[in-house]
Amino acid sequence: MASLVIAEHDNKNLKDATAKTVAAAAQVSSPVHVLVAGSGCDAVAQAASKLAGVEKVLVADDALYARMLAEPMAALILSLADKYDAILAPATTSGKNYLPRVAAKLDVPQVSEILKVISPDTFERPIYAGNAIATVQAPAGKKVITVRTTAFKPQDGTGAAAIEKVNAAADPGLSKFVSEELSQSERPELTSAKIVISGGRGMQSAENFHLLDKIADKLHAAVGASRAAVDAGFAPNDYQVGQTGKVVAPELYIAVGISGAIQHLAGMKDSKIIAAINKDEEAPIFQIADFGLVADLFKAIPEMEQELTRLGY
Amino acid sequence: MKVIVPVKRVIDYNVKARVKADQSGVDLANVKMSMNPFDEISVEEAIRLKEKGKATEVIAVSIGPQQAGETIRTALAMGADRGILVKTDVDVEPLAVAKILKAICDAEQPGLVITGKQAIDDDSNQTGQMLAALLGWPQATFAHKLDMGDGKADIEREIDGGLQTIEVKLPAVMTTDLRLNEPRYASLPNIMKAKKKPIEEKSPADYGVDVTPRLKVLKVTEPPKRVAGIKVKTAAELVDKLKEAGAF
Repeated sequence: MASLVIAEHDNKNLKDATAKTVAAAAQVSSPVHVLVAGSGCDAVAQAASKLAGVEKVLVADDALYARMLAEPMAALILSLADKYDAILAPATTSGKNYLPRVAAKLDVPQVSEILKVISPDTFERPIYAGNAIATVQAPAGKKVITVRTTAFKPQDGTGAAAIEKVNAAADPGLSKFVSEELSQSERPELTSAKIVISGGRGMQSAENFHLLDKIADKLHAAVGASRAAVDAGFAPNDYQVGQTGKVVAPELYIAVGISGAIQHLAGMKDSKIIAAINKDEEAPIFQIADFGLVADLFKAIPEMEQELTRLGY
Repeated sequence: MKVIVPVKRVIDYNVKARVKADQSGVDLANVKMSMNPFDEISVEEAIRLKEKGKATEVIAVSIGPQQAGETIRTALAMGADRGILVKTDVDVEPLAVAKILKAICDAEQPGLVITGKQAIDDDSNQTGQMLAALLGWPQATFAHKLDMGDGKADIEREIDGGLQTIEVKLPAVMTTDLRLNEPRYASLPNIMKAKKKPIEEKSPADYGVDVTPRLKVLKVTEPPKRVAGIKVKTAAELVDKLKEAGAF
């Protein structure tokens, strides 16, 4: 049969998470179809049609899907589910929201946040905050899977899939969108940035947190935070990197004033290079850092900035 | 309005999980166990609803071994009114948990079910959503703020880009995120009082649910380990080393 990937997008841009989920789907069941559910989402459908390995893009363009609320999304996916033996979504807050609803209605156990496809029914997934990796085999029948996108390389844009309209499913009428407060930033997204600089409790205040901005601007990095920094109100919730926040795996992760709690490490330990600045030389973050600097961050950050300027950044 | 709060007994969040040498799972023998931290937040939110006069009764439900009764007792000490322990020694998967909870909801008719967004052992993040689907109720996952109205609730949710507020019809299922509230500690008098609160004991069969796991765990292994690298002396040296390593 085929697999169906639910696209992650904001009605204008297709998110990188989709290309990575398609890469996972291609290993589970081919051909791969992508469902773009949104409102005024033509550009997204066009972008999805160019992903390598995608045979067909289904577009449900209706005001009902503008915010991808869980109940209408699940109803739409269920209306298409018969034709697929695997349904996959990225493990974003959106995918995690609607996909278990689909699995329950299909009476299928969902496999959450897969890291690797061993065979079409066997997967690796992290448990206990990534302190253990479970290899699980799904039962015969439909597979419902969320994908940890940092674990897969995105499909390239060399494809040319057909685009087909599909009808909206009936509105379950259970929930409604009220408002949204999105972080405005010119910087790359945390989960797809090549460089991430994160601050922890050591930043001491929301004002001080902006010290990281200058380094981020020079390196075109995204800014993240530890749970301690978010709980203390130094940074907004969508900055949180960790087991229960965002999982990142950039080329370079710079941890500033972060001690390295288990739950934070779970969200960044797959980064290619890790650098850590902390005044406590016993901080657990140094046990996994490739480059450690024991120093007062309020001295070290301005010095880093100067050195970057000197090097022409 | 009744509020149902499922609570799970899991490895304490301060304890690092160790994989068993035979790769059959994680070693839980002689390990400190506690209530799943997200479930503590759920219990707290339910109790606050009762304190505000929006809820009449808070029922804590746990599905697990006999010791899961202690987890219910913790919820009762925080302020829940009574408990239901669904006893089983099987590692129950989220879908089976959702089926048992559905049967309990059919019997109790709550106005709201508050679950943690995920349990810190299997990290599935499924149960609340699955329960909402089985009941045909709306869901509000990753709750940051709850505003109860008349027959509806406005719930602010933590999403990847920031915060989103949705309105759901009641009854509904809400799953809690970290910053919804700060759970209270149970006071000694309340711990004593909790000992007298009733806990009803049931089995999955009482609800007609087969809890046999459907996902087969083939093995559980340690993740690849990282080793500590080098220490540098100055911030300038750090920048230079990162550049040499091709980090930017």
